[in-house]
Amino acid sequence: MSQLAASGVGLLLALSVLGIFAARRTPGTRLIYAACAAVCAGLAGVALLRLLAPAGGLESVEIPIGLPLGRTFLGLDPLSAAFALIVNLAAAIVSGYAIGYGVHAREPQRVVPFYPAFIAGMNLVLLAQDAFSFLVGWELMSLASWALVLSEHRSPENRHAALVYLIMASGGALTLLLAFGLLAGPEGGYSFEAIRRVSASGVGPIVLLLALLGAGSKAGLVPLHAWLPLAHPAAPSHVSALMSGVMTKVAVYGFVRLVFDLAGPPAWWWSVPVLVIAAVTALLGVLYALMEHDLKRLLAYHTVENIGIIFIGLGLALAFEASGLRAAAALAFAAAIFHVFNHSLFKSLLFMGSGAVLNATGERDMERLGGLIKAMPATAVAFLVGCIAISALPPFNGFVSEWLTFQAILLSPQLPQWVPRLLVPAVGATLACSAALAAACFVKAFGMTFLGRPRTQAASSAAETDRCSQIAMLSLALLCLLAGILPGFVIDSLGAVTQMAVGARLAPQSGQAWLRIVPIDIHRSAYSGLLVFVMILLAAAATAFAVRRVASHALRRSAAWDCGFPDASPATQYTAGSFAQPIRRVFGSVVFRAREQLTMPRPGDTAVARLQVELRDTVWDALYTPIIRFVAATAERLNRMQFLTIRNYLTLVFAALVALLIIVGTWR
Amino acid sequence: MSYSDWLIQLAQTALVLGVAPLLSGVTRKIRARLLRRQGASVLQPYHDLLKLIRKEAVVAENASWLFRAAPYLIFATTWVAAALVPTFASGLPLGAVADIIVIVALLGTARFLLALAGLDVGTSFGGLGSSREMLFASLAEPAMLMAVFTLSLFAGSTQLSSISAYMLGPGAGINISLALALVALIIVSIGENARIPVDNPATHLELTMVHEAMILEYSGRHLAVLEAAAAVKLLLYLSLIACVFTPWGTAVAGAGVLAYAVGLLAWAMKLALLAFLLVLFETAIAKMRVFRVPEFLGIALMLGLLGTILLFVSRVSR
Repeated sequence: MSQLAASGVGLLLALSVLGIFAARRTPGTRLIYAACAAVCAGLAGVALLRLLAPAGGLESVEIPIGLPLGRTFLGLDPLSAAFALIVNLAAAIVSGYAIGYGVHAREPQRVVPFYPAFIAGMNLVLLAQDAFSFLVGWELMSLASWALVLSEHRSPENRHAALVYLIMASGGALTLLLAFGLLAGPEGGYSFEAIRRVSASGVGPIVLLLALLGAGSKAGLVPLHAWLPLAHPAAPSHVSALMSGVMTKVAVYGFVRLVFDLAGPPAWWWSVPVLVIAAVTALLGVLYALMEHDLKRLLAYHTVENIGIIFIGLGLALAFEASGLRAAAALAFAAAIFHVFNHSLFKSLLFMGSGAVLNATGERDMERLGGLIKAMPATAVAFLVGCIAISALPPFNGFVSEWLTFQAILLSPQLPQWVPRLLVPAVGATLACSAALAAACFVKAFGMTFLGRPRTQAASSAAETDRCSQIAMLSLALLCLLAGILPGFVIDSLGAVTQMAVGARLAPQSGQAWLRIVPIDIHRSAYSGLLVFVMILLAAAATAFAVRRVASHALRRSAAWDCGFPDASPATQYTAGSFAQPIRRVFGSVVFRAREQLTMPRPGDTAVARLQVELRDTVWDALYTPIIRFVAATAERLNRMQFLTIRNYLTLVFAALVALLIIVGTWR
Repeated sequence: MSYSDWLIQLAQTALVLGVAPLLSGVTRKIRARLLRRQGASVLQPYHDLLKLIRKEAVVAENASWLFRAAPYLIFATTWVAAALVPTFASGLPLGAVADIIVIVALLGTARFLLALAGLDVGTSFGGLGSSREMLFASLAEPAMLMAVFTLSLFAGSTQLSSISAYMLGPGAGINISLALALVALIIVSIGENARIPVDNPATHLELTMVHEAMILEYSGRHLAVLEAAAAVKLLLYLSLIACVFTPWGTAVAGAGVLAYAVGLLAWAMKLALLAFLLVLFETAIAKMRVFRVPEFLGIALMLGLLGTILLFVSRVSR
């Protein structure tokens, strides 16, 4: 199976080369995307088979290239397989979407060759069984996606986004390199097998820190999220879907691999920084998203929130595992991975929807959209499902993983330590708060884009997107529903992963009555998404039927009532800004130091009234601005060295040599 | 699970629907009497619903399918949520497939759809209502979940039947966390049911309105379904408080006919008492400014969180 998976990566790389030539013509572009979809579907199938296979040893493929004296190992263990399934399932559907959408790229040569390489890089990270190939895959993924972010390089915004992304990505890769270096120990055994065997003591906390920095910056943990809302929207929408929905999951995989698998048994206090950062990430992410009016940036910010939710689950799993509460750890970990799966589905779906909107109207700004539900019915349905699912509302999938996380939180009074016991309720409240705010955020996103009256000419002349894109979006919407009403199957297939990561698994769920899930005990909690879904459908159908029998069938279309003062201009509708205004006033005055200034002319004066809103990105101001200033100032100083005389240079070289010799001399 | 349990479950499901308008009729009557008015008959809500259903529905020209489908979906989710709350008997089959977190989330789904329906026609009033509703929900929902967490930690279960049984048992007593959860839950109930001081269910033309602004464009059968959903929601919250904090008299599944009759009577009395207290509070207080409401709901959130933290540090739960 590992051979198959490895050859899949090879195929993707070959497609990448073919893409250079194929991108010149539209059919060639379509062909490359179709081939990507097929390869990804195959890889997803292989991963699923591996995941469901009875526990077997790890068969790995050895490739005789790599570091000097080293070889490269590729293989699928349960953890890799679970993430490979998640990544390739979403990538297959996104590639299907790209068959229709990808041909609209202005310069396909800048997209098509890098797209398969990007997917290949992500798969290489997952398949890697040694640090070297892991990092090679990681860098391939980063660089290919960087090239994709830069594909529309004419806009200065995108160039800025790509620069920030490149800096963050190289910083992240550097910390991961250090983490693996520490783990490998003095012998330098870089295969995961060797690292596990050595399990160098004492490096655990540093590895955790480095993983939080390296994987966290790729995933978008606050305060390392700054690149994400810049870079994700800058890429073409199918690439945005992959970056936001899938690549962040590879980052989560990196964290899990380092901290749960390689760093050895955790100490209880490891959970504290993870939980704090995760909770802050969840809340700040959704608040940022609420303030955003650009549809794709809103979605990118919202990824930050979901990463927070995932890391809350991972933090809880660490706390439980360290205290020997294996069953609870399995629950928390399964909740986190379930959310990883869910987020890959609905975030890809939402980005594809925003791509369809962008293509139909040329607009990403919600203030200039509206009323698209009539022009784009299929896109609207798929987008609506994504919005409900991501807001963690039943009967869709987002609710299940959030419910599991809540169940894990309710188990945490069992923890023996005081600090997490005090921390976890606050984390729970933050999670509940961010879930409710997410609902507000997606009422705004769907309502402003698809409901109401078109705010511009572009919005009113929109047309439905192509068939391929529709099928891709609707199939993801269907998967969101299926994962929501049949969660037991998902949890069961994650059994081997939780077993590997935390040493226990949840009881098998698929035999339960009503296909319900029972994480701990039937007297404690249970949820049957299927039954809830069927009941809602039955209740709605019964109501509609009863009302039809009794009620008047008359229906008259007329002008909107609006309390007797309807206004013909669509500009008087609520906008994204006005929708978020109350929330901005309540939460934003602290978080964003929001200031509003109203200039109202006196009655009778015909001057324009003006409302000025000022929002500050506090994280950027507090963290990034000083760093940027410091780097600029240092560069300015160092610049002088360009203009020295030859004598000065010789002196400098001599001084450097002496300094180095002194260091070397005093080292021992 | 025997057939009789399912029968009782079905009876409860139908009952919440049948009684909900009566409950809002009773609250209106009590309110009128407290204001020294005669008030309409307690059956008036039934007449209103019937009248609305028989009328022609007027739909705005640019309304989409969502506008027409939303009332039924909102009603269905609210109804399903209400059917999950034990009323006169607990330990029923549906309790074992959906717990109290599901009830909170189902109400969330209904609210999500309602807020979207408010935005569909594209009028300023609808947007106003939706925006404010989502603001209030962003505090009320976590507050409710925190209160729920407190209860669940006590009972070691998130199922309402288990919580109710725990409250009847010897383990429960007067407890500060429980009191905090009760206060939080009451504040949330007031906020979520659009009662004074958060919103006024009796007005249509007031700039502070929330719930009524979202359904302003609805008429005829659609409005009737939405009004019924609001009535069911009020019944749900009162039943929830009754089931958890005053579990006395509630029949347990499988008990005899007599126990069910006692349970029914006890439930009716609890609802009447809670309705009276609710209206008493409403008539004694003035409506708040919109931006005072987040503070009011924030109190609920803080109380709920405090109750949960106290429990987390004071005991090791099962």
